[in-house]
Amino acid sequence: MEKISVQQLNFFYGAKQALSDISLDIEDRKITALIGPSGCGKSTFLRCLNRMNDTIPGTRVTGQILLDGENIYAPDTDVIGLRSRVGMVFQRPNPFPQSIFDNVAFGPRVLHTHRENGLAPVVEASLQQVGLWDEVKDILRQDALRLSLGQQQRLCIARAIAVKPEVILMDEPCSALDPIATLEVEELMRILRANFCIVIVTHNMQQAARVSDRTGFFWLGKLVETDATETMFTRPSNKLTEDYITGRAG
Amino acid sequence: MNRYLGQRVGFTLLGGLTFIVVAPILLVVGVIVVNGLGALSWEFLTAMPREGMKAGGIFPAIVGTLLLTLGTALVAIPLGIGGAIYLAEYARETWFTRAIRLAIINLAGIPSVVYGLFGLGMFVLFSQFGTSIVAGSLTLALMTLPIIISASEEALRAVPTEFRTVNASLGGTHWQGIRQVVLPQALPGIITGVILGLLRAAGETAPILFTVAAFYLPRLPQSPFDQTMALPYHLYVISTQVPGMPLQIQYGTALVLLTLALALNLCATLIRSYFRKRRQW
Repeated sequence: MEKISVQQLNFFYGAKQALSDISLDIEDRKITALIGPSGCGKSTFLRCLNRMNDTIPGTRVTGQILLDGENIYAPDTDVIGLRSRVGMVFQRPNPFPQSIFDNVAFGPRVLHTHRENGLAPVVEASLQQVGLWDEVKDILRQDALRLSLGQQQRLCIARAIAVKPEVILMDEPCSALDPIATLEVEELMRILRANFCIVIVTHNMQQAARVSDRTGFFWLGKLVETDATETMFTRPSNKLTEDYITGRAG
Repeated sequence: MNRYLGQRVGFTLLGGLTFIVVAPILLVVGVIVVNGLGALSWEFLTAMPREGMKAGGIFPAIVGTLLLTLGTALVAIPLGIGGAIYLAEYARETWFTRAIRLAIINLAGIPSVVYGLFGLGMFVLFSQFGTSIVAGSLTLALMTLPIIISASEEALRAVPTEFRTVNASLGGTHWQGIRQVVLPQALPGIITGVILGLLRAAGETAPILFTVAAFYLPRLPQSPFDQTMALPYHLYVISTQVPGMPLQIQYGTALVLLTLALALNLCATLIRSYFRKRRQW
């Protein structure tokens, strides 16, 4: 069943239209991959889903995005609360320059969901979920920036899920990682799928094919085609999609 | 070979210029230390002046300067950092904020005697604080504010935007992001600005001339609304206004003021390097 339903979404940076008439249903406990060439609007679209674009002056949105049936662009939406339901992982691993523990505890602390002495179990559970616990359980007070990039990115994922979001948005989460760390993150995504609705933007078509259940193809601000990943990569119904996937366009 | 020669000439030239800049500073410090060290004694630091300031100590001037610096800090630090946070994190770029920034830059360039006259009119007379530590501290704070604001604003802006974005993506409010992530990262820069500002306040003569400084007051101030002696003004007085003043006392006073300034500076450096070690972006 769908977790998010995007309906006739248009997005403007000033006078420039970056997204036109996007409609898309995103299912819960599935991984939805968004592919397309640079500048096609897939990252912009992703940032519409937790209203991160709000912070950029001069942007405008029309249409609606329903999260569990409620329009997140409705005037009375609690935008800050929305972001604790829709978490985000960024392109570059970006832990805060604090300890590993403080990074994971950051969300529960700012949201006041746990008492200070109740944070340890949350931190442990989050690190367990991303498979980082055994690597860092003895160095929780150490600076997070001393971890390897791959560990840092998994830490960022742990930080995001410590908030207990329902949706996790990932904006090219592996583009700064080496192939092994990439595989680790992909493996992690497959595990997280059991509990979260995951949307991933990726440049890497093999990655989309490997991890996702559904794929959407963006081109020049439009959603050209969306389908089950297997269908999309074997029998795309649109000529443009086929050209892009096979490397003839893009 | 020519470009290697050019390189050597350039380095020698720049090194020479640096020496020209540094030499007078070392000379000044050296002269003050050599001539002033003899005056330093427990009595000099802790006794009241006697015999028209020609004997005894400079205790009230030291206390006065410390009190004025403290008063300045109490007013200027919260106002300065608060203003900087507003300018760097909340204010949008409008003609109004641009005007504020322009005003701050201009304030930093105003001669200190003008602050003194303003303080006389505003705090001593209009606000009826009289010639007092309160009036002097407020005047010095006013002079210090531009330094603290611009240094703090710069330090806040130097913190990568990414941290604010991540905070927002985790459901933190704008203020939580500032409080939990941005401020700790900007702290070394802010502290540097604060101490530089206070350093200037501690050493200024003109702003306290009309607002607080007593020519000769051989007792400690009794309340914030009392006058006080202060090191820079005392130094000015004993160097120019009192005939037959022993040279050693003048140099001794200068040495105390210099040491105070260096101590503050050292604090700033230590705090900064402590935080730098922990910062890794």
